[in-house]
Amino acid sequence: MIKVKINGQEQSWDGDPDLPLLWFLRDEAGLTGTKFGCGKALCGACTVIVDKEAVRSCITSINDVAGREVTTIEGLHPDGDHPVQKAWRQVNVPQCGFCQAGQIMQAAALLMDNPKPSHDQIREAMSGNICRCGCYQRIENAVHLASTGV
Amino acid sequence: MNFIDNPGKLHNFQKRGFEKNIKVEKISRRNILKGLGITGGFVLAAPVMTRQAFAYETGAGKMPHGVVVDPRVFVAVAPDGIVTILAHRSEMGTGVRTSLPLIVAEEMEADWSKVKVQQAHGDEVKFGNQDTDGSRSTRHYLVPMRQIGASARTMLEQAAAKRWGVPATEVKAVNHEVVHSASGRKLGFGELAADAAKESVPAVEGLKLKDPKDFRYLGKGEVGIVDLHDITTGKARYGADVRLPGMKYAVIARPPVTGGKLTSFDPDAALKVPGVEKVMKVQGWPWPSKFQPLGGVAVIARNTGAAIKGRDALKLVWDDGANAKYDSVAYRKELEEASRKPGLVLRKEGDADVALKSADKVVVGEYYIPHLAHVSMEPPVAVADVKGDKAEIWAPVQSPGGTREDVAKTLGIPEGNVTVNVTLLGGGFGRKSKCDYALEAALLSKELGAPVKVQWTREDDIHNGFLHTVSVERIEAGLDKDGKVIAWRHRSVAPSIASTFAAGTVHQASFEIGMGLVDMPFEIANISCENPEAAAHTRIGWFRSVSNIPRAFAVQSMVGEIANATGRDQKETLLALIGSPRIVKPAVKDLWNYGEPYDSYPIDTARLRRVVELVADKGEWGRQVPKGHGLGIAVHRSFVSYIATIVEVAVDEKGKLTVPRVDTAIDCGTYVNPERVASQIEGAAIMGLSLAKYGAITFKDGKVEQNNFDDFQVVRIDEAPLVTNVHIVPPGPDTPPSGVGEPGVPPFAPALINAIFAATGKRIRTLPIGKQLEA
Ligand code: FES
Ligand code: FES
Repeated sequence: MIKVKINGQEQSWDGDPDLPLLWFLRDEAGLTGTKFGCGKALCGACTVIVDKEAVRSCITSINDVAGREVTTIEGLHPDGDHPVQKAWRQVNVPQCGFCQAGQIMQAAALLMDNPKPSHDQIREAMSGNICRCGCYQRIENAVHLASTGV
Repeated sequence: MNFIDNPGKLHNFQKRGFEKNIKVEKISRRNILKGLGITGGFVLAAPVMTRQAFAYETGAGKMPHGVVVDPRVFVAVAPDGIVTILAHRSEMGTGVRTSLPLIVAEEMEADWSKVKVQQAHGDEVKFGNQDTDGSRSTRHYLVPMRQIGASARTMLEQAAAKRWGVPATEVKAVNHEVVHSASGRKLGFGELAADAAKESVPAVEGLKLKDPKDFRYLGKGEVGIVDLHDITTGKARYGADVRLPGMKYAVIARPPVTGGKLTSFDPDAALKVPGVEKVMKVQGWPWPSKFQPLGGVAVIARNTGAAIKGRDALKLVWDDGANAKYDSVAYRKELEEASRKPGLVLRKEGDADVALKSADKVVVGEYYIPHLAHVSMEPPVAVADVKGDKAEIWAPVQSPGGTREDVAKTLGIPEGNVTVNVTLLGGGFGRKSKCDYALEAALLSKELGAPVKVQWTREDDIHNGFLHTVSVERIEAGLDKDGKVIAWRHRSVAPSIASTFAAGTVHQASFEIGMGLVDMPFEIANISCENPEAAAHTRIGWFRSVSNIPRAFAVQSMVGEIANATGRDQKETLLALIGSPRIVKPAVKDLWNYGEPYDSYPIDTARLRRVVELVADKGEWGRQVPKGHGLGIAVHRSFVSYIATIVEVAVDEKGKLTVPRVDTAIDCGTYVNPERVASQIEGAAIMGLSLAKYGAITFKDGKVEQNNFDDFQVVRIDEAPLVTNVHIVPPGPDTPPSGVGEPGVPPFAPALINAIFAATGKRIRTLPIGKQLEA
């Protein structure tokens, strides 16, 4: 039996320990905010925060996070008012929106690590997250805005 | 009043059922098969209402099922004052789910903060055409949505006037209330809801529309998209996010070669994977068969992860069929050879052959663009629940009505028994105009007797999609001794989208040749536009901007080549080719013109020139750039909009390119939400850069060689343009709205390629750029 804390709640799993965390979150725990985009750590759509680090849940097994704390987009802030989320809304970032949960989690992890990233640091840290709609200019501006206070 | 689901008499201004009479050039994306080969269709009467209120008409009424203008279908006012407005088009990132309801709210004087948007299911008899493609939503629905809003407002005003016993002319709806200013009385929309529902729907012809100077929302760009909060909190529901009790998760192994078939399979290893419940065959259709499933083997599991693992363990033997030898290297040679010989002549003015022979100089460019995959961020996915002769679908589809039709046909049940719930689309770009994934889910659910979600992996999406065509565009431009272009011969060779619908197709359809080939706007005395034959060996489909991508690339690169050959400035060369401000009348039988009436949407070179001038001005054309940098310009009319782009590129000694700045000017006529116009253009620059730098799907032994985002790359944030400036041409009072979603893409690649030439002296004629700049 694998135990893991997700958004502050204890969850357990006694199925395949190799099951990617992504599918546990989406299909077993019903937390569908985390998205599937590639399954190979190439796009960042599935990004969650494990302890304090941004992690691609598509290549992380449920066993890898046993006993650890996972935060998904649903758990980032109780009212959805994390500075990154607020900045995203202020800049009107999303087009289709599908990549945005992953982008936001990546940006939140970046700011935990580096509260005042430069533009180059933002671009570097966010480069694992694809936005096929091409919202990059706004993503960069929103991360910058979040880091300077909304 | 509850207008929604009140079945009252429909007020369509174009009744349903036009498909039979639609000619090829008027076909919608999904009805192409029915349209092919049918000639002599009649011209439909133009909608009456647009003539009354506006100086222009659109092609909306000629779409399948036309347009429905009825507030009872689209608007509901609850006693608490909440106004619900239906969004009947699909949201894939353009903002249409906000923009169209916003038009209704504007015109009915609803307060946007008291408006709820509800997504309509697929039902074109009820809602009118729902195909969200062709950059049509605003241009076809600006007027109808205004009329719907005006109708609802009139009904509310009439109800208030009756209540107060005053003439309706004395009352006025203002920001969610109806006011009688003479007496100072006011009633909220909620208080009037029940009475207003009893009012008859006013005739469209007599509706009084708001004066645009009184607009609170339209044209302002101050309203965020309705799903903004949900998207940023993970609550927004896409196709993949639908969960039903007892739902099974499926992934499917499909034939790796288009037209291939399953020979045999061994499910044993797959069945041993924990969580896998069943392995079953999926019915396939012989190629080409429109959007019908390819068939294969489905693995059914308790979650998607188990299903994927199970599929990896399947042992499969395929018969690859007729396309087993499809090879992109060999195919390119075939296209090139075809482009060097005369083809079907589609437009002939003067005599290009003779003029080319007598020309002082001939500039020749042969341009190649490979297949492209859409790779919408959300791969295809659908949920189906089929019980007996009833089916319910939840899916991210651009064609809710077409999906309903196709599910009904595939299951052999009446269309009325099929409900298609449209979720948000995690990107579409034309891929989700084809509902094959929903059909797969329906077939599996029927067989399993349980709800099923079919999830495509990224590899599936890349291997088994409906690809953008592959093309060679060959242009020969003849110059006289003064450097004036006197002859233009453009041969376009590419497998047609029509090949996905009808076997043996070798020529492009009129909607494809109408995208930048025969509608070429230059003022040249001798023109020949030709289409040599090309057979398809995979499924070809619509990709954002469609044939405009190769056409703009070729035509606008050629402008750069002519500028170089004559030693003139790119922009001046471009303006000289466009020529005098005029309405272009290409000598073409049945010019497609994006399905729009030519009178409302002619090829207007004054507008084309204006976007060139605007982008040159705002984008500071001719500015000094650092060493290794270059500026390039391109303009293209598509989806009846006019777009010009300037790209600044920097190429370092190693051949690595970056894009410091992009400027785009767009003339899309009357617009609803300039902020979303800008976001579409910003995104188009990214998509344009992606296809120019990396975009290539190639085949070997009939199979796609790419798999995922590692070998089919798209641009990431660290290589995105540092700045994209969007300059929107302010519309005249009666300028009809035109496309926004697609037209930003085509001019990007040629502007970039012209910039690279300016920076390095290297002329790129093959996309993607790949390693060509690496010395
Ligand atoms: S789905 Fe995990 S990185 Fe793409
Ligand atoms: S908003 Fe569509 S993929 Fe990023």
